[in-house]
Amino acid sequence: MTTAQPGPPGVLQGVGVGRLAVVGPVACVRPAPALPPDAPLLVDGEPAGPEQVHEVVERAFTEVAAALREQSAGATGTVRDVLAATAQMADDAALRSQVLARVDAGEPPVGAIDAVVQMFAGMFEQAGGYLAERVTDLRSVRDRVVARAMGLPDPGVPHLERPSVVVARDLAPADTAALDLTHVLAIVTELGGPTGHTAIIAGQLGLPCVVRVAGVTDLEDGTVVAVDAAAGTVLPHPDDAVRDAYERRRTAQAALAEDTSPGATSDGHAVALLANIGTAADAERVGAGAEGVGLFRTEVLFLERVQAPTVEEQADAYAAALRAAGGRKVVVRTLDAGADKPLAFATFPDEENPALGVRGYRLVRSHPELLDTQLAALVRAQAATGATPWVMAPMIATPDEARAFAQRARAAGVATVGVMVEVPAAALRAADILAEVDFVSIGTNDLAQYTMATDRLRGELADLLDVWQPAVLDLVAATARAGRATRKPVGVCGESAADPLMALVLVGLGVTSLSAAPGALPAVRHALRRHTQQRCEEIADAALGARTAPEARAAALALVDADVRATLAL
Amino acid sequence: MTERTVVVASRVGLHARPAMLFTQAVAASGVPVTIARSGGAPVDASSILFVMSLGVPHGEEVTLAADGPQADRVLDELVELLATDLDAEPSGDATQAGS
Repeated sequence: MTTAQPGPPGVLQGVGVGRLAVVGPVACVRPAPALPPDAPLLVDGEPAGPEQVHEVVERAFTEVAAALREQSAGATGTVRDVLAATAQMADDAALRSQVLARVDAGEPPVGAIDAVVQMFAGMFEQAGGYLAERVTDLRSVRDRVVARAMGLPDPGVPHLERPSVVVARDLAPADTAALDLTHVLAIVTELGGPTGHTAIIAGQLGLPCVVRVAGVTDLEDGTVVAVDAAAGTVLPHPDDAVRDAYERRRTAQAALAEDTSPGATSDGHAVALLANIGTAADAERVGAGAEGVGLFRTEVLFLERVQAPTVEEQADAYAAALRAAGGRKVVVRTLDAGADKPLAFATFPDEENPALGVRGYRLVRSHPELLDTQLAALVRAQAATGATPWVMAPMIATPDEARAFAQRARAAGVATVGVMVEVPAAALRAADILAEVDFVSIGTNDLAQYTMATDRLRGELADLLDVWQPAVLDLVAATARAGRATRKPVGVCGESAADPLMALVLVGLGVTSLSAAPGALPAVRHALRRHTQQRCEEIADAALGARTAPEARAAALALVDADVRATLAL
Repeated sequence: MTERTVVVASRVGLHARPAMLFTQAVAASGVPVTIARSGGAPVDASSILFVMSLGVPHGEEVTLAADGPQADRVLDELVELLATDLDAEPSGDATQAGS
């Protein structure tokens, strides 16, 4: 790039996800090339003739296909298949010949490529469902070929040659999937929210992540930045003192991770520390630092499918996860589809307000066979492994729904049945819900979304979505109180269980287990071990007594042990 | 013109991996082949974009057509491919294999 080097700007502020901090060079994810359809192709400064354009465009298709094939060969699983299919699109003879025919007739290259891609995209969109989703892949082929033909840098996720901080305006799930994780130090985005998919995936992988950082995409490739997820900051050109401080923090974090004893307060009040997983592969990565799995998101097996997986396929996947857990506790959540996780075969495409529509357990109204097949598969996995998973349903709103789910699950052969508390109605009537089931688990992300009437995917409303909002804390407290009264377990499996300060509040409220991304557990374990149960209750009372979210957090923090604040950079 | 009619056996229909394997086989044969849904216009069977945009679901019939001395042999091979569940190959089980 030839633009003038700006003076070192100050600290860029965003919203941090997790507690980690790292220093590394920026690798920019480039946006699609924005060119007018009649942009001329220049060769040695002169507009090229049709023959030259033909040659350049044909070579662009060939090079893009080759690069995608190479990326695919280096990938595994779903990512490999997606990249291989995208490579084949770039190689497609019909796409290429139609573009070249237009170029030969004198059309400018960008316009020719756009017209043919648009025709295929239209056919895909008309077919709907699975094919409509593939339009993204088709457009990424378009962006790559246009960039290659016009001599611009490749758009999308760059090939990382050294450990880097990936910086993007926003990351689509496909972009995240294409990342070479062995070289990703951190993820920073200009858009997105702290509970969006990029943030959750970063947490799952134990990567520092900061979202909603205005101006971060102005940084040049290779600029060294210090990323602090705990503070939500990105500092360009850190000096040696900052680098040293980050290195010390990294060492302290690594030391915390060595402690794998069961979670408990300093006076021995046990709090189970569990991991959130989506696949059997995730279960294998859960180390000794977790006492089990507190949330197994089964929808991963269903996403991107044209038809529901069979009972055999599901039973195999569940058995693999149970075996990987090696006798530790596993809490399985039944299919949580709908809203931001649509399924081709189950969700209603015309819902105007899908977060409030037929999602989660509510799918039983239209597709009871999905739940019955899943329960049958879980029981088969149980028989095959000798493990006895706890099973819970998402998006329960009423005691009758809880009862109906419990009856189905117990009839299928599930021993321990629970439900998620994500809907304010369920939190307010938690005692009635708990009368029907053996345990509940609070999903704080959705509970905050529904309590504050704030879409989880609207990053600009992140302040409203804050789990420190006193109204959200009130509902968690009401649920925990019902758990104490009925002597039944109340877990938390939202991202707030990953925050060591919030974990102290939750334990003070009476929550009996915390489930989070495995990378978050060492800091939570450390915080719990340095406070008594009574101190946790005082911290919880202080938070509940506050008027606003920032005041609640500050009131809780003021009561935290000074050493813990320093070690965890709270 | 030689024609064959076959029911698509892949559970996901002629999408994704099955579409990829099928169009690769057509291209490798070196013979121009067309594919059509019943009552639909035939399209170039070596183009993954055209084949995917047909949107053929599991269990539906398609008609393959080709010309020339190789047509019979190539179409027989392609029919056999479509009559197989191409989504049931080992690498389709990546989620469970833990890769």
